[in-house]
Amino acid sequence: MFKAKVLIKRRPSILDPQGKAAEQGAKLLGITNIKFTRIDKHVEFVVDTDDEEAAKNEINDYCGKLLTNPNLEDYEFTMERG
Amino acid sequence: MKKPKFGVVVFPGSNCDYDAYYSLKKVLGYDVSFLWHKDTDLQNSDAIILPGGFSYGDYLRTGAIARFSPIMEKVVAFAENGGVVIGICNGFQILLEAGLLPGVMLKNKSLKFVCKDVYLKVESDKSIFTNTLENKNVLRIPVAHGDGNYFADEATLNSLTENDQIIFKYSDENGVEHEEANPNGSLLNIAGIVNTKRNVLGMMPHPERCCSGILGNTDGALIFNSVAKSLFN
Repeated sequence: MFKAKVLIKRRPSILDPQGKAAEQGAKLLGITNIKFTRIDKHVEFVVDTDDEEAAKNEINDYCGKLLTNPNLEDYEFTMERG
Repeated sequence: MKKPKFGVVVFPGSNCDYDAYYSLKKVLGYDVSFLWHKDTDLQNSDAIILPGGFSYGDYLRTGAIARFSPIMEKVVAFAENGGVVIGICNGFQILLEAGLLPGVMLKNKSLKFVCKDVYLKVESDKSIFTNTLENKNVLRIPVAHGDGNYFADEATLNSLTENDQIIFKYSDENGVEHEEANPNGSLLNIAGIVNTKRNVLGMMPHPERCCSGILGNTDGALIFNSVAKSLFN
């Protein structure tokens, strides 16, 4: 069994309106030095196999075909036996 | 004229399915069937509507889960064989996620849900959706969405333009495009596009909400009637 942690990031070229809105909020709170906020996604799950290669393939399938839209996002992941 | 049959797909979270059914059947007099998302039978529909709403609660990304519904496999095959498919609002988002149309929807630039009438310039009349609009080249149709900000990379935008795939653009009532007429920040003011085979249309505005004279606007009916005429003429 492997525990996987995936970080899904919007491509740098894609505007992140949520990040922008958070920054505006920060200014209202008097937090003035915040810049380039990006709000991304963090996904955790378990892959129920002991075969490391198979687990990697499933994680890539899951990320590439469902969790991310390749027009919009990139992903990276870590996995550890658990 | 033979009556076309429309199939309206119902996903969990669809909320414009009944509007589409009502407009097509009761107002315009076409045959219509609901197509349940778990079914795999398109019931001999001549054209498929993917309606607006919040399929699967917009989880993950708008339209991301709906494209795995059993009915969608049939819809994709139908589209690939030249069948007519219209995705409206969330339906457009599903078509993008399913890869039947290029690009992606981002959150509206304003970050606000926008719900109002907008004007659409008919950018191309070379499609079955727009080839008989009774000489109207600007339509007034309502939008209602939070994620309608069309985005695609430059190569995709260029190919959409070169292949005349942009069907509707946000404009003012005179058909002039400018930023204030764009309700969501869509690139090139894009409101609706077709695939290269020109049988699949995705549009953010809701033509099914303006088909009945009693509502004061029937511009939406022009699009459905154009499809009906093209299917059987």
